[in-house]
Amino acid sequence: MGGLIFLGLLVLAVIFFIGLYNSLVRLRNRVKNAWSQIDVQLKRRHDLIPNLVETAKGYMKHERETFTAITDARSRAMGADNVGARGKAEGQLSGALSKFMLVVENYPELKANQNFLALQEELTSTENKISFARQSYNDQVLFYNNKIEMFPSNIIAGMFNFDVEEFFEIEDPTEKVAPKVSFE
Amino acid sequence: MMWELISANRRRSLGLFVGMAALLCGLGYTIGAVVHPNGGGIIGLIFAGGLWMVLASMSIFGGGSLVLRFSHAKEVSPDIHPRLHNIVEEMKIAAGLEKMPKVYIIDERAPNAFATGLSPDDSAVVVTAGLLSRLSRDELQGVIGHEVSHIMNRDMQFMTLASIMLGTIVILSEVFLRGMWLSGGGSSRRYRSGQGGGGTQPAMIVLAIVLAILGPVFARLLYLAISRRREYLADACSARLTRYPAGLADALEKISSENIPLHAASQATAPMFISSPLREKKGGGISSWGNTHPPIGKRIAILRAMTQGAGLGAYERAFADTEGEKGLIPSASLKKAETVALREPTADDAPTSPADQERSVLDLMRAVNGFAFLVCTCGMRIKVPPDFEGDSVECPRCHRKNEVPRAKESDVSDAATVMAAAMGVTQAGGVAGTRSAAGATTGRRDQVLEYKRRGTGWESFSCACGNLLQLSPAFRGSQLQCHKCNRITRII
Repeated sequence: MGGLIFLGLLVLAVIFFIGLYNSLVRLRNRVKNAWSQIDVQLKRRHDLIPNLVETAKGYMKHERETFTAITDARSRAMGADNVGARGKAEGQLSGALSKFMLVVENYPELKANQNFLALQEELTSTENKISFARQSYNDQVLFYNNKIEMFPSNIIAGMFNFDVEEFFEIEDPTEKVAPKVSFE
Repeated sequence: MMWELISANRRRSLGLFVGMAALLCGLGYTIGAVVHPNGGGIIGLIFAGGLWMVLASMSIFGGGSLVLRFSHAKEVSPDIHPRLHNIVEEMKIAAGLEKMPKVYIIDERAPNAFATGLSPDDSAVVVTAGLLSRLSRDELQGVIGHEVSHIMNRDMQFMTLASIMLGTIVILSEVFLRGMWLSGGGSSRRYRSGQGGGGTQPAMIVLAIVLAILGPVFARLLYLAISRRREYLADACSARLTRYPAGLADALEKISSENIPLHAASQATAPMFISSPLREKKGGGISSWGNTHPPIGKRIAILRAMTQGAGLGAYERAFADTEGEKGLIPSASLKKAETVALREPTADDAPTSPADQERSVLDLMRAVNGFAFLVCTCGMRIKVPPDFEGDSVECPRCHRKNEVPRAKESDVSDAATVMAAAMGVTQAGGVAGTRSAAGATTGRRDQVLEYKRRGTGWESFSCACGNLLQLSPAFRGSQLQCHKCNRITRII
């Protein structure tokens, strides 16, 4: 009888630990997923830029520097081979785009172009999505790291090498500010 | 923190749920015991539980879609309103939902919105055309943030089950009280005389009557209190997700200033809307106990008081300052107080003049309903209903004949090469060759359709099968596939 109870308790304990392990895996996947979401949105921004430049070029003949800054930053971001260089290039791209959006205000004809307005909405939304994806990534990391440090899941985390994930810190201060799209 | 809040929420909901279930079981048992003193209690209990289960499963298998059908909501593609789709996606990302909620529009003027769906993987966000035409980007984001928070917190799931529990309690007590009333003292006399000394105890009858009268009232108050609390919580989460509480506050102000009735709403769907579509009693205290939503003025005041940050802690502080009570947000999730910085506003771009708003509402309603848009040479915009069959329409202003736009067969017969060219893919010669051979044998169906765009505004044309296809001002693709016959039309 005593053995039977012991066996029952053992089975329960095993089921409990399997559950804990699975929830840790689920959380780690959420973190990964949130990270890839940032990537998806950054890539979307890269895809938008050629269209945007193409549409605006005809109207903005005297803004060659702005366009070069944008396209240069884009190609640098796409060609970067390490995370640091890429982060820097993406930061410069954000800066160049926000400058572009300020300059646009001087071209009322461009702002009457439906195609451009649609692109502008896409750009605003993509910038939002990038910042929301970062925010969500940090939320997930916080939750995951807490789980790893708290009892009893810390036992499982230690046994199966679940490591603490790093937060997404923004290094470049200019990158913090999303380009402000204004219609005044 | 967001996630901790959700788990805390789930635990709390479970507790309330158990309370309501206990009320239901108690009611079932006492009624059963009164009707049949020997073993009737258990039967009553099983009956009450069974009734709840039947009603609950009925609403689970068809609840979500039923609400959408009742309110005449239409699912829309991103082309109809790109900004709405963008904002829903932004909030989906911010909330970390795995699946994008479906997007629906109701063609009504009253500005309102709701969310539905029993799980976050199968959910929908519904807004009215009136809401879209009045709100700026930030305001719309606040509203969508509120709805996505409902989805994230699993409010629909919980509120549906709770409302069914309430419904079951109401039905049971109603039937019981009516039965007592109709048979008067007769039933008790019958039992007493029929079974000699083993009749129903008077105490049990009194208990059953008291439970039957007070049960529904308590259950209803409990249900409404939960509903109001969840609204505050969704506001708090919306501020946290958008990092811009002023957006939701402005939107609520605009929504509350309108006085247009919403036809799609009913007593049952009212708790789901962002602001109650029914007439609610104004003021605080006991008079507001019967409302599904907290007073809108208070919600706005709390959001406006969030000047320091956009986190849940900031909302809790603002709530405590305005409301004079604490404990909206479980303190466990407030322990690791985080500071969420407020975001800069996006410039206001909502249509301001009533005429512009009216025009955009009408355009949206027509686009949602599958109308075609034709621009006459004189500048008149002609709207062609979806079931129009003729080839041309006469302009009501200048009486010119306007051809109804239709996709035309392209000169290029090889569908595969055209598509490859359109997508910028260079195909290996062999593959293209076999495709064109197949195209020649199957004949017309592989013939490519073409449609030449006239301008940059709303446009529509009919596919070869007669189905109308919409082009929004935002459309920039090179081809469009018909939803009915799946044929592809090149847009040039």
